[in-house]
Order: sequence, then structure tokens, then C-alpha cells
Amino acid sequence: MKKMKRIASLITAGVIVSGLLSACQPKETQPTAAAPASEAAAQQTTAPAAGDALKLTFYYPVNVGGSAAQIIDQICADFTAENPDIVVEPVYTGNYDDTVTKIQTAISGGNPPDVFISLATQRFTMASTGMAMPLDALIAADGEEGKAYIADFLEGFMEDSYVDGQIYSIPFQRSTMVLYYNKDAFAEAGLDPEKPPTTWDELVAYGTALTNDDRTGVGIALNSGSAQWAFTGFALQNSVDGINLMSDDGKQVYFNTPENVEALQFWLDLQNKYKIMAEGIVQWTDLPTQFLAGEVAMIYHTTGNMANININAEFEFGTAFLPGSKRVAAPTGGGNFYISSGISDERVQAAWKFIKFATNTENAAKWSLDTGYVATRYSCFETDTIKNYYAEVPQAKVAFDQLPYAKPELTTYNAAEIWRILNDNIQAAVVGDATAEEALNNAQAEAEAVLAEYQ
Amino acid sequence: MDVKKIKNGLLTFISIMIGILWLTPLVWLIGTAFSEPSFRMSFFPNTRFTFQNIKYVWNAIPFAQYYINTLTIVAVTFCIQFVTSTLAAYALAVLDFRGKTLVFAVIFMQIIIPNDVLITPNFMTLSELGLVDTKIGIMLPFLGSALAIFLLRQVFKGIPRALSEAAMIDGASIWQTIWRVYMPCAKSAYVSFAVISVSYHWNNYLWPLIVTNSPQNRTLTVGLAIFAKSKEANMQWANVCAATFIIILPLLIAFFIMQKQFMNSFVSAGIKE
Amino acid sequence: MKDANKKQSRFNSKKELTAWALMAPALFFMLIFTVYPIFRSCYLSLTKYQLGMAEPEFIGLKNYVTLFKNPLFYKIMKNTIVFGLMTVIPSMASGLGLALLVNRKTKGVGFMRTAYFYPVVMPMIAVASVWMFIYMAKNGLFDQLLITFGLKPMNVLSNKKTVLPAMAVMYVWKEAGYLMIFFLSGLQNISEDVMEAATLDGAKPFTLFRKIILPLLGPTFLFVSTIAFTNCFKLVDHVVIMTEGAPNNASTMLLYYIYQQGFTNFNYGLSSALTVIMLALLLVVSLPRFISQDKKIHYN
Repeated sequence: MKKMKRIASLITAGVIVSGLLSACQPKETQPTAAAPASEAAAQQTTAPAAGDALKLTFYYPVNVGGSAAQIIDQICADFTAENPDIVVEPVYTGNYDDTVTKIQTAISGGNPPDVFISLATQRFTMASTGMAMPLDALIAADGEEGKAYIADFLEGFMEDSYVDGQIYSIPFQRSTMVLYYNKDAFAEAGLDPEKPPTTWDELVAYGTALTNDDRTGVGIALNSGSAQWAFTGFALQNSVDGINLMSDDGKQVYFNTPENVEALQFWLDLQNKYKIMAEGIVQWTDLPTQFLAGEVAMIYHTTGNMANININAEFEFGTAFLPGSKRVAAPTGGGNFYISSGISDERVQAAWKFIKFATNTENAAKWSLDTGYVATRYSCFETDTIKNYYAEVPQAKVAFDQLPYAKPELTTYNAAEIWRILNDNIQAAVVGDATAEEALNNAQAEAEAVLAEYQ
Repeated sequence: MDVKKIKNGLLTFISIMIGILWLTPLVWLIGTAFSEPSFRMSFFPNTRFTFQNIKYVWNAIPFAQYYINTLTIVAVTFCIQFVTSTLAAYALAVLDFRGKTLVFAVIFMQIIIPNDVLITPNFMTLSELGLVDTKIGIMLPFLGSALAIFLLRQVFKGIPRALSEAAMIDGASIWQTIWRVYMPCAKSAYVSFAVISVSYHWNNYLWPLIVTNSPQNRTLTVGLAIFAKSKEANMQWANVCAATFIIILPLLIAFFIMQKQFMNSFVSAGIKE
Repeated sequence: MKDANKKQSRFNSKKELTAWALMAPALFFMLIFTVYPIFRSCYLSLTKYQLGMAEPEFIGLKNYVTLFKNPLFYKIMKNTIVFGLMTVIPSMASGLGLALLVNRKTKGVGFMRTAYFYPVVMPMIAVASVWMFIYMAKNGLFDQLLITFGLKPMNVLSNKKTVLPAMAVMYVWKEAGYLMIFFLSGLQNISEDVMEAATLDGAKPFTLFRKIILPLLGPTFLFVSTIAFTNCFKLVDHVVIMTEGAPNNASTMLLYYIYQQGFTNFNYGLSSALTVIMLALLLVVSLPRFISQDKKIHYN
């Protein structure tokens, strides 16, 4: 008995001690690792001289595992190969929401990531709270090269980087919403598979033809974070002069214009009046699955899903511009690179170098290829990589063609809260708790209350 | 006698039916984990048996790291709780001192308030201490466990004073008394509490989510959630199920093996008042 | 608090000092991570404190006013209380029922106990993922069952009337096994002799249950009810995974809202005000037990 007790107590003590030792060890003091810590199996990299290299932490939100994380790892490894005195440590931090939370907690822990990717729409928050720093000085320091660098980015994406005239972020994983449609289903319903709907009226007509017991014509996702994206599209298609849901300075919103009410009503009609859309809330992540299963004939979804759908579709599929009303329009979305403020100048320079590397023409092209995100720079479209990609997967080109008509998604101060307000109210309308007008009026009032302090 | 047999049989039948009902989600989970990923959802696996999900998920998620983190946290937390609660329970059960009511008030507060409610201020405290993104940061709020103190105190109160007095007469110090007289009697309480503590910390999600940033300190549940919630990807049920299966397997195995002991310990610890 | 008492005890026997020394480690953690945060929340609830602000700014009761003026707040409180009512009684009843079923000496009792208890060891995330499949529109298990019986599939998570009950079912499935254990221990502590004596006296099972078992289970009941009540408020993981509060906050509960305000909107002042309200709610719910516990302490 005594022996057992002694053993038990020794084990306990041992566990406590070793546990405390391992638990207390902060990340930084661990010996410089060659392989960056990441989700996917790390690629082999050349090891820099231990202790000499500057280590940058890089938080990124992408889909998990699969090729995306591996490409990130590869980019980081390639960068270090070219710049042996800088090691970039990529850390996968979940989806966009989780990443913002993580960044915030890292900052309060006194350990901000040096460079991170976050939604382009977060830039007002990033600027006003001081989480990220403006990049103009860095661009200016690069002189002519800097100007050319910025000019090479597609305007539709670069527009999203300005706060009060200053550039806060660099486009990286950008997407836009497109219409995916099932060509086989079209043929079955007597529609021309090469002629997708281009207007709202055509959408209704096609949807009606396609809807039967096993299949609905149209699908739009409605969970938090998705509803407002789709709604931006409808709003832009219908608004006077194409104004967006918000002002450029991020301080005002225009939710309840008559045109927007019409747009929301159209959405509701798809479900309630024409009955070509499933009722209730569809999750963003379920929609492609339903499309692939042939349960929905046309879906509004991100071009970022191109690779997935291309690989898994057992039928011929096409992509098209979102059907327009007064005009053709679509929302852009996705994430940009930011540099944290409050880090040393040496780190800032290193981070800037890394960003330029990750967004250079070749890397941006490869990134687009493997994920379905739209390449962010004009020069990418001259590369063989992209040219071949579009030849092989012509559906991917639609997103690029639609870009001149695309505008940024809802971006304001306190973006997260404003999104939630709009999403909740759209949900209320969709489940029948409010009319389109009531929902948008409510959203407008709530949003104005939140934005009041920024006026 | 026959009536009794029929009654028994009926009851057993009902219990088994309920048992099967209860097991349904688990059955689906395991079935999907080992089926080929497909977007055609069904309850019974309709494709071949395959390990590919497990393999994919094992490579995509650093399970080894997460396992080590979770095991460390669970084990160290319990060990420290073991020590602090034993001492405190002894003091409360056996010794007399002023301010006992105040201490009971504190204990009561911790019992009724789940840790997740105080998540915001606790996080602030943690970041002021500079312990964000550490394993010890995850453990700190739990190291003084009101529940453990409560359970142990019950047991200790039940131990006749005569025993401890005898030990004292034999020249034992307080420590030795605790070690030799009180602790052995509370073995089942320790086991009960171990079950509660281990399953709580193994499955804790919100607090480790807030506290950790890096995979070096992430736990299994947080890793699983990040995997499952990724937005750009499809809801790959097969993968999510495979990942879930990997996470719960050790607990399930441990539970199956030791279930008799768990149950017995709960029973003998007893919730006496 | 502790310090003041310590000074007093110095005048008394060494025993008091020893007692406090023994209590110190546990007390240390509990004070820092349970008591202090309560006070801090109370203070912060009276301030405006958001991401990017260096210091909290005192604004008095403005946070509470904002909350009480917001219809969403009442919706959330209603959801929280309704959910509590929907789960406490069913989970306790199921726990007791299951305990009675497995409190016998038949074959397979071990299997049944395992089957009922295993949900407890599954992480909430896993539970939420599985049930998200079960409740998935059209293709989920639940809707498939409805279709098999010729009924129309319901998208339970999309409908504000069914979303809370659906989550309640999931919760009861998870908790019943946990509560069962406590009831089982209570049942098995009712000595066999008492049971046999009663049966011999010709008591019918139902009477047995009412007159003997229930009263003897009294203390267990109280204990289990406290756990059941306080546990049902702490559910947030499943909301995060399954619904994010949809549809239109029909499934948002107080703790989820606290988390949202604190970690998505970074509005710490508001989040603290909500925390204070939640603490008040927990206190109200637990008061009966505290009072009876208190009495027992004094009689001990």
C-alpha cells in the first residue's frame, strides 16, 4: 500500500512538474524551427542559421488542409529560400471571424502577429483601433516600383484598401460572387445550356422551368456573413446609379432605399411567390453540396469554390454573371494582407518584403489557379499559368470578366456588428417575421445607432 | 412470478430500445467517418468502407500536437486540483476557524457560476498576466476546484474523529494524517471527480478557443471546431466525422474499460447531505 | 477579505493559521478567477470599454439602459429562460428514468449504462456537428424519418418555433446520462432492506416510488437540480456551431450574446453588463439550494 502511494505521489509530482514546464514555455524561446508550424504536412524547407533569422508570425484564414494551406506553406518556404534571414511562420487561425478574434487576443496578449490576412471589409476597424498600420510610407519608399506595384492591382480589389485616402491593405485572396448552374439540368428542362439567365425576369423564368419535386431552381445562402453578401449583389443591380449599401468613408449605410426594398422583395419572392427557392435558412457551406447533389440547379456562390465544384461535379456545369436588373453587378469579397502596428521597424520591413513576394505576379497567379480565387493583378492574366487555366476551365474566367461590374461588399466601421444587423434583419424577412420594408427600416435604424459615434 | 418475468423482460426491452436510440448519433458518426466522402447524405453508409478520411484528416490536422496539449492540460489540471482541494477540504471538514461561512460563500459562487460566464474578465486578467496563448493560461481558472472541495469535504466529514485523533496521538503531523487517514477513504470521491474533471477539460471549447492562438497550444476541441467551421470549403461531413471520431475515441475506450469503476465510485461517493 | 481574517486569526490558535494555510492554494485560484472577475464585471458594466480604447470610461448605468431599450435583449432573455424550462425538467426526468431502468441486476445493464452515458464524454462540438446533420434540411436524419412516414420535411433549424425545442432535444440527449449517474448513486444508497421491507409489505411499485424512493432521493434531487439549472445556462458551443443564433436570433441565448459582444464586437462594457445580469440570474436560480445548504451547515 505504501509503495503504491509513493509511486502515485511521485507520478503526480512528475506530471505536475513536467506539465508546468511544458505549459509555461512560451513559443519564442523554442529553438528556431526550420519548418513553419502549419496545419498541413509541412514541406521541407532549407533551415536558416538558427537564431540569426528574423521570425515573422503570419496569421491566415483559408479553408483547411488541402491545397490552400500547402500553398501558403510553399510560399513561405520559397520566400525564406530567397531571403534566408527572414523566416515566416504561417499559423492557420480558422475562418475570417475566428481570425479577427485571434488577432485581437494576440494583441491583448502583447504578442501581435506581424502580418495577417483579414477581410478587406475590416479595414476601417483595423485603422480606427490601430490594429493595422498604413502602408503608404512603405509604398513611397519603393518609388516608381511601388507605384507600379499598386497600379497593377485590379481596381475592383484595390478600391477596398483605402481608409481616409491611406492604403491599409494589399489584396490577396479575393473573390466575387457568380452564378453556378447545372447545364445538364438546363438541357433536361428544355433550356439552352449555353444561355444562362441574365436578368431577374429570366432568372424567375428559368427557375420556374427547372423547379420540380426533386430540385429547386435557385439557391442563396442565408447564414450570418453570407446573407449580406448576396444582398449586396441584388442591391447593386437595382440601385440608383449603382450606389452601394454604404458610403465610401464607411460611416453611413443606405439599407432602406426604395430600390433596396425592391431588391429584398425580389429575393423573398423567389422563395414565397415563385417558389423556386427552398424556404428557410441554407448554410453557406451546404449550398455547394446541394448543387453537386443536383438538388439545386443554380446557386449564388463564391468563385472561391470553383476548384471544388470543378473536381466534384458529376454533370456539366457553367458559370455566369449574376442576373442583373437595372444593370449587371456583383459584390467582391475576400481577404487582404495587413501589417500589425506597433511592431519594430525591422519587422515592418520584413513583413512588407513578404507581402510583395506573396503577391508577386507568379505567386498570385498560382494562388488563383489552385483555389479559384480571382487573380488580383493585371499582369497575372498575361501569364501562361492563368491563360492555360482559363483555357482548361473556362468557367473560371467568368469571375474575371465580371470584375469591371463588381463593387466591394458591405464595409463600415464596426463591420462585424453592422453585418450582424443586416443579416439578422434579412433572416427575419426570409422566415416571414417582417416584410422587406420593415426589415430594412429596422436594419437602417439599428445600424445608424451603431455608427452614430463615428459621425 | 410470470408477471414479474414479463415485467422484467419488458423493462429490459425498453431499456435496450432506448439504448439503441441513444446510440444512433454515434452509429452515424462512425459510419460516415469510414465511408467515402460524398455529398449524398444518408444514415447508413452507402459506400465502401475506407480509411481515407481518417488518413486525410490525420494529415490535415496536427492531431499529435493537439493530443499532447489536451493530455497535458487534463492531467496537470487534475493533479493540481487534487492537491489544492484535498488540503482545502480537510481544513473545511475537520478544522474550526472563523470565516468558514465566507469560504463557503466563495465555494458556492464557483459551483453555481460556470467558468464560461466569466470568460471576458478572466481573459483580461490572463492577458494582464501575459499568459495568453499558453497551456497554463488555460488551466489557471480551474486549479481551485469548488466542486472537488465539496465532494471531498463530504467524505472527510464522514470519517470518524477517533481515527484522526488516534493518528495524532501516535505523533502524526497534519500532513501525515491527511495522507494516511483521510485520503485513502476518499478514493472513490477522487475517481468521481477525476471523471468529471477529465471529461470537462477534454471537451472544453470556448475558453481554450479564446486563450490559444497557435497550434502549439491548441486543444483537440478547438482544432476540431476550426476544421469544421471553415467557410470556403464544403461541409465535408466525412472528414468532420473522421476528425470527431479520432478525438472521442480515447475517451470512449477509457470509458468502456473503466465504466464499472466509474459507476461504482459515483455510487459509493454518494451524494449525501 | 482573506487578509482581514488572517490578521484576526493571528490572535488565535495556531490551528486557525494552519487552516488558512491549507485553504490558501485553492482559495488563491478561486479568488482570482471567480471572485475578482465578478467584481471586475460589475465595475466594467458601468463603463464604456471597447477595442482600441486604452482605458475604460465611466458611464454609469448607460450600458444597462441600452440593453433594456433593445428588444433583442428581451428576446434573448426569453430564449434563455424558455430553453431552461424546456431542458431542466426533461433532463432530470430522463436522468431519473434512465437510472431506474439501469438500477437492476439484469444482463446487459452495463451496455445500457454505457449507451446512456457516452454522450457526456463527447465534446460539445462533436455533438453539435452530429446533430447538425440530423437536423439538416431534407437530407438530415430527422427529415428523412419524416419523409419515410409520409410527412413533410421540416427544416427545424430554420424555423423560429422549432429551433429551440430541437436544441433542447439534443441537450437532453447529452445531459440525461450525466444526471443519471447522480440519481443512480442516490438510488443505490437507498438500502436494499428498506426496499425489500416495503415490497414485502405489499407496496405497489408506484406507491413504492412515491412514498419511499422520492423522499429518500430528496437531497439527490436538490443537488441534481442545481446542476441541471446552472448547466443549461452555460450552453454556448452548440449555438456557435449550429445556428449562430439564427433564425434572426431565435436561438441566441444569453451566454452566446455575452460571447458575441465580448469577442466579435469587442464591446467589453456591454458584455460585462450582460455578465452581471447572467450572474444575477444564476444566483436567483440557485438560491433555494443555498438556503437549504446553509441550514445543513449550521446543523452539522
